Amino acid sequence: MTPLLEVRNLVKEFTRSQGLFSAPSVVRAVDVVSFSIAEGETFGLVGESGSGKTTTGRCILRLIEPTAGEVRFKGEDVLAFSRARMRAARRDMQIVFQDPYSSLNPRMRAGDIVEEPLIIHRTGRKVERRARVAELFELVGLDPTQLARYPHQFSGGQRQRIGLARALALNPSLVIADEPVSALDVSVQAQVINLLMDLQERLKLTYLFIAHDLRLVRHICDRVAVMYLGKIVETGPTESLFAAPAHPYTRALLSAIPIPDPAVPRQRIVLDPASFDRTAPLREVSSGHHAAV
Amino acid sequence: MPERAPLLTVEHLTTGFQVRDGFVPAVIDVSFHVSAGDTLCIVGESGSGKSVTALSIMRLVEPPGRIAEGRIIFNGHDLLTVSEREMQAIRGAQIALIFQEPMTALNPVFTIGNQIEETLRVHGRATRRTAPQQAIDLLAAVSIPEPQKRVRDYPHQLSGGMRQRALIAMSLACEPSLVIADEPTTALDVTIQAQILELLRDLQQRMGLALLLITHDLGVVAEMADRVAVMYAGRIVEEAPVRALFDDPKHPYTRGLMGSIPGGAPGTRLRAIQGTVPPLGALPPGCAFAPRCPERFDPCPKAPPGTTDFGGGRGVKCYLHGPAVEPQVAPPAPVERV
Repeated sequence: MTPLLEVRNLVKEFTRSQGLFSAPSVVRAVDVVSFSIAEGETFGLVGESGSGKTTTGRCILRLIEPTAGEVRFKGEDVLAFSRARMRAARRDMQIVFQDPYSSLNPRMRAGDIVEEPLIIHRTGRKVERRARVAELFELVGLDPTQLARYPHQFSGGQRQRIGLARALALNPSLVIADEPVSALDVSVQAQVINLLMDLQERLKLTYLFIAHDLRLVRHICDRVAVMYLGKIVETGPTESLFAAPAHPYTRALLSAIPIPDPAVPRQRIVLDPASFDRTAPLREVSSGHHAAV
Repeated sequence: MPERAPLLTVEHLTTGFQVRDGFVPAVIDVSFHVSAGDTLCIVGESGSGKSVTALSIMRLVEPPGRIAEGRIIFNGHDLLTVSEREMQAIRGAQIALIFQEPMTALNPVFTIGNQIEETLRVHGRATRRTAPQQAIDLLAAVSIPEPQKRVRDYPHQLSGGMRQRALIAMSLACEPSLVIADEPTTALDVTIQAQILELLRDLQQRMGLALLLITHDLGVVAEMADRVAVMYAGRIVEEAPVRALFDDPKHPYTRGLMGSIPGGAPGTRLRAIQGTVPPLGALPPGCAFAPRCPERFDPCPKAPPGTTDFGGGRGVKCYLHGPAVEPQVAPPAPVERV
């Protein structure tokens, strides 16, 4: 079976000018990244700030143009799409952003925010669209009587639900969720995580879940890739990766998570960047579990 | 651990904001204490009043905010009655405050060294001659590599973790006896967080600090705390030694927070708390958690519960555990709900 999304040797370089007379410096934010996601799967891309996980997500949607590599969605080469074809393709691949405060237009009513993608993609007549918006509100657990409210009249968790309703408006098959709960309070995070899991089951969604919270990733992802300085250093089924991390960076990262149980003794592993070869290719360490060691 | 005489005792603190329609409390009748060598964690979500509690202790609550009631006894002095001049001598020198975002707490136009030296000189801890070397020593004490070079760096030249270390170095410059750290690792990556927590623990042991750590992360609590105070909507709803709290959380809110942390069998639903934190000024008349509480019953919406004391430093404000009714301290003014 062809995977729903396939990313091959993706590279994104940013150039920064160093002044008039010196050559610009080049930063490789994404450094030859490959992975694939099967339909209905939740794939976690984890890493710390600067690891390139967000850039990878945006390159897939071509919100920023990758420097090199291949992105295949349902077998088709996304990077070869014309602008018009790309716009059409985005109906099927949507993104939910981290910050529910800055990602919603404060001057639009919640109902209009959710309806906007339907208008842009010329879906249905006005009445049908309004009915669809009300349906989406119910789907994500919002009160359809609050359609006319503005974003600031909702709490953070509710705003994230609005962002989710908007992303789901066009029935996408792939949802890229970029840190969708990290700006929310713990108790509200749990509600949104439950909602994401429910929606996946009901709508047969495929998730690319970009996150730094390993507890969360372990809870909801089927497979995980760990990014470090632009490269995937380890990838595999969640269970196997968490049970037997093979890469020194993964080990350090896992050991750094504070465990909410004072009875568990701490064993911190500190990463020594000299302890591994950053150019080592991924190799299989157990079934489906690869590490760059 | 034997209880020493507390270094800081907060009694019946109520702090709030004066708005057009009246006084809106953000911290309601909060009492706790911290001793030297002791770590008290205050956990809560946004709007729980944990940061306003910290600012109240430092007397940094600015109008329209004001401390309405209570006593804050530090080293035998009531901080709410000392003069602003005396308070300035205490701030920084005896009580240090570490903020969440080191970039906003540091001045971008001065080097790290300048800023530490200034702190030292203002509090008479060093002279113009001795300050530079002391600044380097302090950076070394918080494990910043090559301190003699870093001392000449501006804040933007340091990484987030190094900046937080520099800030900690600055706050320790005058050897304070109490450190208040308000979400000191929230803006940092998890591996850097682990290093900063280790540093705080290490410094606390070496210097015998009393540490008041404010966080929303129960993982951080489990690693750092000796005792824990759980805040919700301005009140401490549960207080306990850390092991007791995690072994047997008594308040439904504490249980909800623990259930909200991803864990257990992958893919299973989390035991989330329904609803959201009530906005300031729109607290329900009874227990503020009642509208979200899965275990609420008859008395809960009527009046806020008082503290049921379990002994051994454990207390909880919940009708499930006792009939105590708390007299209304500052009646929440009716404010339009947004």
